[in-house]
This record gives sequence, C-alpha cells and structure tokens, in this order.
Amino acid sequence: MTPAMASGVALQVLQSLLVVLVAPLVTGWVNICRAWLQNRSAPSIWLPYYTLAKLFHKDAVIANTASPLFRITPYVLFGCMWLAAGIVPVLVTDLPFAPAADIIALVGVFAVARVFGALAAMDTGTSFGGLGARREMMIGFLAEPAMLMTLFTAAFISDSTQLQTIVETLAHREFAIYPSLAFAAVAFLMVLLAENARIPVDNPTTHLELTMIHEAMILEYSARHLALIEWAVAIKLVAYMAIGFALFLPWGIAPAGDWAALPMAFAALGAKLALAGAGLAFLETLLAKMRIFLVTEFLSTAFLLGVLGMLIHFLVRG
Amino acid sequence: MTHPFATLGIEAQRLPGALPAWHAPVAPGALRALAEKAKARQARLVALWASDETPRGAGYGLHVALALREGLLWIGVPLEREHPRYPGIADLFPAAARMQRAAYDLVGVHAQDSPDHRKWLRHAAWPGGQFPLRKDFDAGARFEASEDRYPFVRVEGEGVHEIPVGPVHAGTIEPGHFRFSIVGEKILKLEERLGYKHKGIEKRFEGMTALDAARLAGRVSGDSTVAYAWAYAMALEALLGVEVPPRAAALRGVALELERVANHLGDLGYLGNDVGLSFGFFQFWRLKEDLLRLNCELFGHRYLMDYVVPGGVAGDPGAAACVRLIDALAAIEREIGELRTIYDEHAGAQDRFIMTGQVTPELAAALDLTGLAGRASGQEHDLRAAHPIAPYRGLEVRVSGHIRGDVAARVSVRFEELAESFRLIRALADALPPGELRLALERPGAARRGCGWVEGWRGEVFIALETGAEGALHRVHVHDPSWQNWPLLERAVLGNIVPDFPLINKSFNLSYSGHDL
Repeated sequence: MTPAMASGVALQVLQSLLVVLVAPLVTGWVNICRAWLQNRSAPSIWLPYYTLAKLFHKDAVIANTASPLFRITPYVLFGCMWLAAGIVPVLVTDLPFAPAADIIALVGVFAVARVFGALAAMDTGTSFGGLGARREMMIGFLAEPAMLMTLFTAAFISDSTQLQTIVETLAHREFAIYPSLAFAAVAFLMVLLAENARIPVDNPTTHLELTMIHEAMILEYSARHLALIEWAVAIKLVAYMAIGFALFLPWGIAPAGDWAALPMAFAALGAKLALAGAGLAFLETLLAKMRIFLVTEFLSTAFLLGVLGMLIHFLVRG
Repeated sequence: MTHPFATLGIEAQRLPGALPAWHAPVAPGALRALAEKAKARQARLVALWASDETPRGAGYGLHVALALREGLLWIGVPLEREHPRYPGIADLFPAAARMQRAAYDLVGVHAQDSPDHRKWLRHAAWPGGQFPLRKDFDAGARFEASEDRYPFVRVEGEGVHEIPVGPVHAGTIEPGHFRFSIVGEKILKLEERLGYKHKGIEKRFEGMTALDAARLAGRVSGDSTVAYAWAYAMALEALLGVEVPPRAAALRGVALELERVANHLGDLGYLGNDVGLSFGFFQFWRLKEDLLRLNCELFGHRYLMDYVVPGGVAGDPGAAACVRLIDALAAIEREIGELRTIYDEHAGAQDRFIMTGQVTPELAAALDLTGLAGRASGQEHDLRAAHPIAPYRGLEVRVSGHIRGDVAARVSVRFEELAESFRLIRALADALPPGELRLALERPGAARRGCGWVEGWRGEVFIALETGAEGALHRVHVHDPSWQNWPLLERAVLGNIVPDFPLINKSFNLSYSGHDL
C-alpha cells in the first residue's frame, strides 16, 4: 500500500464515521432552530442521540405477518444511506470509494432504499403501510428525474458524472457565476425537501396517520429497527445536504492528499451544516404542508427548473 | 290555554323557568303527523331519547325535543309495555336515525319503518337484548366480550378499497373508528363507528340525588364542562321554580364565554398544526395556556369545572379580579388579531382551508347541522341570540354567519366568535350586578320535569331532567350537539382526499365522550 493510498483510506474511514456520528446532531440542530423560530424553548441538541439510545435498548415488536424482508429493511436502509454518505465528498475530494459510483449510481442507491422501504411498508399488510408506500412511490418517481436533471447540469459544467471531479472542477476553478447552477440549486432544494419528507411535502412531526407519507411507512417498526431507520433518515438528510454543498457550495473541501487543509475543511463543513440546518428550519416554519396532489406540481417545477438549468448551460456555456 | 303550538294540533304546557320551553304529550299514532307539521314550520331536531316508565305503572316513553322559532317543544310519547314501538321519524329528521338506534340499544324501544336497525352504541361486551336504561337492569352486571360484527356498508368497484382507522389513534385523542372506502386518495364513503366511550353516565344519574348529580353533569364532556353544568343547573332550577341571582347569572356567562375562548384558541392552533403550520399551533396554544392559568387563578380550576353549581356559582372572583381578567383578555385579543392576519395571508394554509370539507347550507339545513359548524354553513342559530335569557338578555349577541361551509368558513366563525366572546366578557365583567352568588336549593319533592338548553362552544347542549316521586332522579338525558354534527362529517369528506380528513375532522372537533355517554 502506497502512503497516498493509506492516507486516502484513512480519510475515507474518517469521513464515513463522521457522517454517521454527526447526522443525529444535525437533526437535533434543525429541531432546535425550529423551536426557536416558533417561540418555544428548545430541546437538547443531543436529544436525537438519547432517542436512538433509548430505542436500541428496547425489545422489538414485530407483527406476526411480517416476512424476513421486514426485518432486513432497516439494515438495508441504514447501509444505503451510509454508502451514499461515503460517496459524496464531504471533507476531502480524493476518496478511494468515490470512483465506485457516479451521480447516477448515487441516485440508484437512494432508489434501492426507497424500494426496500416501500416493500417493507406493505409487508405487514396494514392499511397505513400501503398508503404510505403508495404516496412515497408517487413522490419518488417525480423527484428522481428532477434530481438527475440538477446533477446533469453540474455534470455538463465539469464534463464528468463523477462527484469527485465535479467538486474539484467547481471548487478549485476560478470563481465564476454559473446561471445554470442557480436554476439547478433551486430545483435541488425542492427535491431535498421532498426526498427527506420535510414540510411542505411531508410533515416529519405529525401524529395524524392519514396525512403521513414517510411516517406511515415505518409505523410498524419499533426498537432497534426504528432506531436504524431514524438514524438512516438523519444520515440521508446530511447526505443530501452534502450533495448540495458539493454542487453549489464546494469551497473549503480539502484537495487530494492535503492533510493540512483538513481543519479548514472541518470548520467549513460545520458552518455549512449549521447554516443549512437553520435554513431548513426557517423554511419549515414559514411554509404549510401542501395538499398531496400539489406535490406533483411542486416536483414538476423542480424538474422544469433542472431542465432549464441544463438548457441555459448549453446556451451560455456557463 | 294558549300556547304557540296550537296550530300543530297539540296541547302543550309551558315548562317552568326562563327558557321558552313547552311539554306536550302525544300518542304514538299522532307522532308522525306532528313531526310533519313541525318540519313544515322549519323545526330542528334537538334530541330524541327514551325512558323506562314501568315503575310508574306505565310502559316506556319516547321523547323528542324540537327547536322551533318560538322555543323548545318537548314531546312525550307513551309507549306500551309489551312491545314498545313508535313510528320512526328519521326520514323527516335525518339526525334522528342514530338517536333512534341508541334509544333501542339503551331502552329497547323500537322505531318502526326505519331503514337502519343496526346497533349504534352497543359494542362487543354488551350483549343484544340487554337494555341498560331499563330500571330492572343491574348496572353492576358484567358480560363476556364477544365479536362486534358490526355490518359496515361496503363500497365495491374497480380499485376501491377500505382503510380502517382507529379506534386507537397515533395521537392522544378520543377513540372512534372511521371506515374509509377510497379509490386512490379520493374518499368515496366514510362510515363512523362510535360508542367506544360509552360509560353509562345516564344510568349513573339515576342513583344520585339531584344536587350531587350536578358534578356528574359537569363531567359529561370535559371541554364543555361549563355548558353542561349550566344546562343541568338550568334544568334543576326550572324544575324547582328558582331563579338564580343576577350576579351568579353574569358570572355564569363569563365562565361560558371563557370556555368558548379556550376551546376556539385550541382549535385554531390544531387547525394550523394539521396543515403543517406548527408556528400557529404553538402560538395559539400558548395563548390558550395563558387563559387556562388565568382561569385557575381567578376561578380555581383551569377548565372551570364545578364553577357553575345548582343555584348559582361556586365563587366570586371579586372586583380586582374582573379588572385583571379584562386586562389579560385584552392582551390575548391583541395577539389573536396578529395571528389572524398571519392565517388569513398564509397562502399555503388558505389553500388547504378553502373549499375543503364543504357542507352546503341546503345539506346543513336538511340534516340539522348545529353550533359553530352550522353557523359556517348558513344555519345562523345561536341560543344566546334566539332565546336570550339572563345574562344574555340585552347584550344582543352577534351571530357570526358564513355560507361557504368549508374549513375556512369554520375557521372564520371561530375568529368572529372569539371577538364576540371578548366583547361579552367585557360587558359582563365590567358591570357585575351586586348580590348573592348562590341560593340554597331544596330537594325536589314530587315528580316534575325541567330542561336546560345552553349554547356551548360546540353548539346547543341540552339536558332533560325528570324527577320521581321522592325527588330522586328518574331520568336525565344529556345531549351533545355532536349527535347532530357527526353524520355531517361523513358527508363533508365526500370527494375530498384522505390526507384532508384530519383537517376536516378537526374543523368540526366533535365530542366522543358527550356522544357515547
């Protein structure tokens, strides 16, 4: 093993662990910001960790009608999200893992998680599971093309579908304003809200079964299974934020093999996550949840903006 | 003797008390003709219930309370002992359908020619043929639970499927079962199954003395405790021929309006929460909490439970407290004004509210929709304005009215009623008449009847009270406006989508406890 490879592996391990460990903190931060914006006293930022610890200590209750699929899905979800978070450059660009999958494969990883989630939701045969799975698939088939369009815009700019190359191109090139990326960024934000079951598409804090999308799918889960899913949800949010940073705010990421730039990369990442979390809470406070059939319009708009971004790239070459 | 119902062809007797209420005995054979004539005079059904008169040497009794322009008409129909039955009136008054079914479950009186004979309140642990409100029924009896086997109406067709929801829900709300038949997200039919909170309140009344029972009446539905306690006190005072002192009446008015304000604040918060606008939820619930603490400080109980007592009220907050109340409410009212602007101008929230869960004025009139939901659908009935008795006499309560009948209209009615309640509280608390707070009441000596009818925050709360020969309670019927409004919820959701149901349901916010008894 060459020293460069060893350093790459070390960084990969560092980033993967970091994302998994930090993800609940970001969720806690979003909750705190939301509480502040709603004039209430905030819960502890560590609350998501306590919740996970509590859930891991409980005994799982599993429906009699559940198949093995129901049991393995939490692990699949967690694995998929962890994998996705490992592919996206968060701290450094030269991750040995990154060439394994490009942006199309990344969307595929999220799709695998979605399919398993939907199957597991229908597995126990409860009405809410089916209801949630159906809605989730509707959102999925609208969100995926919109997501791909935004990623393609960035790919065309850097002539590569490798996230690593995209980030290097965008971060270390001379500062330039890309109008196409502005469109892509708005589209990406809309997809992020939909894919992470946030307001205005879904309400992560609701107790009303009939309005749920993501929550309806996991109603049957408890204890360690639920903990893994909740954790996966937190990682997914961080992964999406990281994709957003990689495409639209790539500054601060350490270049290949530059350990000295790492502290700066850490600080940049922290600042970006804090800002993104506060922004998400702000949006969620401002907006109401839309009627479910408006989601088609919402995500079509995202798709349209993605396509526009791409067209503008060809028109103005920027 | 002249009475306003002579044209209906009946002999009616004015019941004692300030409330314009009459009682008329009618033979079973004449019930339908009377109901038809009353319907032609735009009568609304207030309540329908049955009683066991066998200890008095008679058979059973059917009772129908109708609201006419002149006042309340309580019709008593004697039924035979062997086969107690009567001609059903659900075709004339659709709201009677469930009340007739409940009357059968409880007393075993049978509505003839009724299209629906399914059980209503009776559940798995209550075998058929056991009628708890018959006098010979042992209230301590326990039965084996069997299968419920309630025959829901099935909807069939390509792609139609059912979603059963409840009775246990994900939130801390009361139990009720909702059977949706849907295609995609669209609701084709909703069928309610209630009765999970049946706890035998009406049976419990029968063993109590008239004065003790006031506390029970205040616990029929916790969110309307003032309305129920007042309705019970009104019935008992009327029966005893007592008029409460003016100061007590004014304080009752203050309490009732405080109850209305607290519930409307809570509902407006919930309605924000149900469209994902949790900002609204927390702001309105903060205001509600402020009000509840104020209630506790000035009246000794957050929800004003046991404040209204037979003969008057339980305590005097005093002059300083009235000033404090008016100041505190002014602060709350200011904040409500700001929040209303936010709700009204929030495109996302308004998009969810407008045209959702519509009840047209025609449908509302046909099904006797009542209370605040009725006022959002063109049914501008409000007892405080229609039959103003003390302390509302002279206050000229403004009735808010809308005709759109959607969630937005029910939100608007709540905002308007808040403003009106604040005005009423100010008017009452500003000029509290001096005098006594509470009269000592005697035990009722002979068999008599009285009724109480109060415009609670949800609608008209009605209590009919009959005492026996020794002054013990013979039959107490407590009636929540939710009886009228639950069937409308089934209609309001038709054609809407499943995720809008919680919002529509919350915009009615009906009582389970007050309905299931």
